[in-house]
Order: sequence, then structure tokens, then C-alpha cells
Amino acid sequence: MINQDTTFLGYRRENGRVGVRNHVIILPVDDISNAACEAVANNIKGTMALPHPYGRLQFGADLDLHFRTLIGTGCNPNVAAVVVIGIEEGWTKKIVDSIAATGKPVLGFSIEMHGDHDTIMRASRGARELVQWASEKQREVCNISELWVSTKCGESDTTSGCGANPTVGNAFDKLYEVGSTLCFGETSELTGGEQLVADRCRSPEVHAEFMRMFNRYQDMIDRHKTSDLSESQPTKGNIAGGLTTIEEKALGNIQKIGKKCVVDGVLDKAEAPTGPGLWFMDSSSAAAEMVTLCAASGYALHFFPTGQGNVIGNPIVPVIKICANPRTVRTMGEHVDVDTSGLLQRDMNMDGAGDALLDMMLRTANGRLTAAEALGHREFVLTRLYESA
Amino acid sequence: MIHFVVHEEGDSVGTIVVEGIQSGQTLTGWIMEQDKTVELATRSDIPIGHKIALSDLSSDDTVIKYGVDIGRVVAPIKAGEHLHVHNVKTKRW
Repeated sequence: MINQDTTFLGYRRENGRVGVRNHVIILPVDDISNAACEAVANNIKGTMALPHPYGRLQFGADLDLHFRTLIGTGCNPNVAAVVVIGIEEGWTKKIVDSIAATGKPVLGFSIEMHGDHDTIMRASRGARELVQWASEKQREVCNISELWVSTKCGESDTTSGCGANPTVGNAFDKLYEVGSTLCFGETSELTGGEQLVADRCRSPEVHAEFMRMFNRYQDMIDRHKTSDLSESQPTKGNIAGGLTTIEEKALGNIQKIGKKCVVDGVLDKAEAPTGPGLWFMDSSSAAAEMVTLCAASGYALHFFPTGQGNVIGNPIVPVIKICANPRTVRTMGEHVDVDTSGLLQRDMNMDGAGDALLDMMLRTANGRLTAAEALGHREFVLTRLYESA
Repeated sequence: MIHFVVHEEGDSVGTIVVEGIQSGQTLTGWIMEQDKTVELATRSDIPIGHKIALSDLSSDDTVIKYGVDIGRVVAPIKAGEHLHVHNVKTKRW
């Protein structure tokens, strides 16, 4: 299906990174700038606002993560240009300057001393110029190794572990071989299978760093838990789908990293990888949080296997859904991009399933809208580490 | 038709992959890793995606799936019965 010479049509950005979409985003620094951003996106067709509920009175590592996520979102190669709006100038400028370092056009506006009306008018003028500029960008031939792909599963059931997740694993093994940059995470959802991941780490240093991240997350859960977490991990949906324990869920989850990929390094949340290979990101297992973090790390496409039918999307990254549960394919087919339910009846083998996903990946990279994009799923969810000051 | 799949030989459980399985039915299972088929009679109605015990299990036995420990038995389970949160719990958390 793919080899070193496989190509797709992508957008090459000023810093050399390759995107598969050409969004102009209107990015709020904080919750109270959402209204102005949404007004600009309403005025200027072809732009998209990314409203979110945070950005005030955060501090320390939590504030660092807030900035890293917003800046990373703006830097993502699926984004052609950015308009940033914040309540005040300082934090707005910090985000503008960091995105501008990629070379892409970015404009910043602050609301204080102007009010919403004037800000919306000025930002709309800028956004119109940016969207017209972006609309002339052409796709060009790019090598498959330039495509960054992340994965995270959701509303998993037992068919995830024997169908949809190993399909992603098969595709990841093939992408790893051609030098793609890959990512998985979901720290708490490795519980019971953490040793299997640790054994796949490239070096003793990566192994140690992975175990440090895993143990930190376990300590956090131990500190806050009031039960065995049944109904949270596994979720009520997971249990309805037949998953019984976190260990069973984790072993299914780990099928996504295939049989051959090596864990080449670890990433903090929303941190960008520094080279090709498979990266583990210390992250929440909540779907929208994790996909948002992958997008902020620079990943351009996402593989999302589901069992019971998670409907998630992302505003800037196409989320490709893979499902092997025949009941979900029957009842929620509009959300499924790749149906691998044939695996469970031996109508399809794993190699064929992996190739079907890679075929859909290339079509999506070339411009085909995913189910989540067509249905308007744009979940943009920032991870918080603790209370605001 | 495959009614349930087993990841590998030695696992304590199979996963039902078709809808409408009822108590007393004789099921065909596929052991994926070894590519073998087995037959087993059910003692429960089991929904799609849920697990069937492949052998008798006693309290405190370890349940094996993917060749790995996925939890402990908290109520005795007979071969062919529905195995889930009512008779198996996590060993973590």
C-alpha cells in the first residue's frame, strides 16, 4: 500500500512543515474573547473561531500548558494563517510572536481600550486579507514521511482490542517503516499494560522517562480517587460495550502501536517531537483533550478507533474513525470512515485492514473530508492541570 | 459464522462478536493468534462485545486475555457463562 516513494498532496508551510488542510483560524487567548472571535468568523467566510473556556488567572505549569496549546495550535501546518484576540495586549502578543516564528502570517488584537465593536471591525479587516491570501495557496506533492499522524481511541469496547486498534497498529508499523512522525498517549489507559510499552522503549533513558510519567499519573489518580474508578476508567460506555477492567482496556489500547514500532521518545503535553519515529505523549485519555494536545504538538492527521461509537472531531485536524463493531457500523455508520468489522468474521485480514486505513489516510490527506469534518465536529478542549489563582 | 474470538490460546475468555447470542446455543470461536476454531455452549445470554468464560473459574483466580492478567474473579464462573463486572474486578486502583 505504501512505500518510501508514496506521495500525497499537501500544503507546504513557510517553515517546511506539511499540512493537509488550509484553515484560517480566529484564536481567543481567553474565555472572554470568544465572542469577538466568533463575530469575526461570522463576518469573514472561510475562517473558523476556536472558542474555549480558559485563559484567565492561570499560573505556573498550567499557564505554560495553556500557552503551549494555543501557540501549538496556531503553528500547526494545517493552519495557513491566524488572527489572535485577547482581552489585553501582553498575553496576546506572546502568542502572536510565537506563532509568527514559523513564518506564517498572524495578526493580534486586544480588546481593552477598544471594546468588542472596534476590535471585531479591525480583526475582520485583517481576517479578510488573510483568508483571501490563504485561498490562493496550492497543494503540492509531498512525501509520506512528511505526514505526522497521531492516534487515540475512544468509547472503546472489546472489538476495539481485536479489530479497530490493531488496524491502527498495522498502519503505524507501515508508517514507522517509511519514516513518518507518529504519536500515542493516554497515560492512565496503559494501566495493566505499562510494562509492554516500557519494553518497547528505544533506550534506558526513554524507558526511565516513560515510567516516571506513568507513575506520576498513577500517583495523581491514587491521591484523588474515591473508588476503583469504575464508570470513569473504564467508562460506562466501555462497560456497556463489554470491557470489564482497566487492564483489559489498556491491553486493547496498546494494540494501536503495532508489533514493530519502537517508542523513540516521550513528550510532555502539547510538546513538539524533534524527529521522526513513534512518540509517547503524557496525556489525558479523554478524547477531545488528547486530540487537541496532538494537534498542538503539530500532528496533521489523527487515527481514532472506536468500538461503541465516539463521535469526536477536531477543528484543525481531520480525525479518521475506524470501527470493527458491526452493531456500531450499522447504527452509527455516518461517523465511521473505515469499517473493519470484516476482521471479526475473517472476511478481512489485518494486513488488508491496515491498508484500507492507509488508503483512507491518503485520500483524507489529499482533501477528502472525514465523517467528523462533514458532520461539523470541532471539539477544541484545553487540558487544565489545577485551579486558577 | 464466527460467534466469538479469542486473542490467543490460554486466554480465559472469548469476545462475542455477533448480536443476539442466547443461553444454550453452541458457538463457534476463532482463536486469532493460532488461527484455530473451537466450539462452546453458552450458559447465559451474552450481548455483542461482552465476554464468555472458556473454562470454570473460582474466586480469586486471575483472568487472562491477550495472554496477560486483566483482573481477578470475585464470584465463581462456569465455562460458557457471561464474564463481566458482576464477577470480575480490576487488580489496580
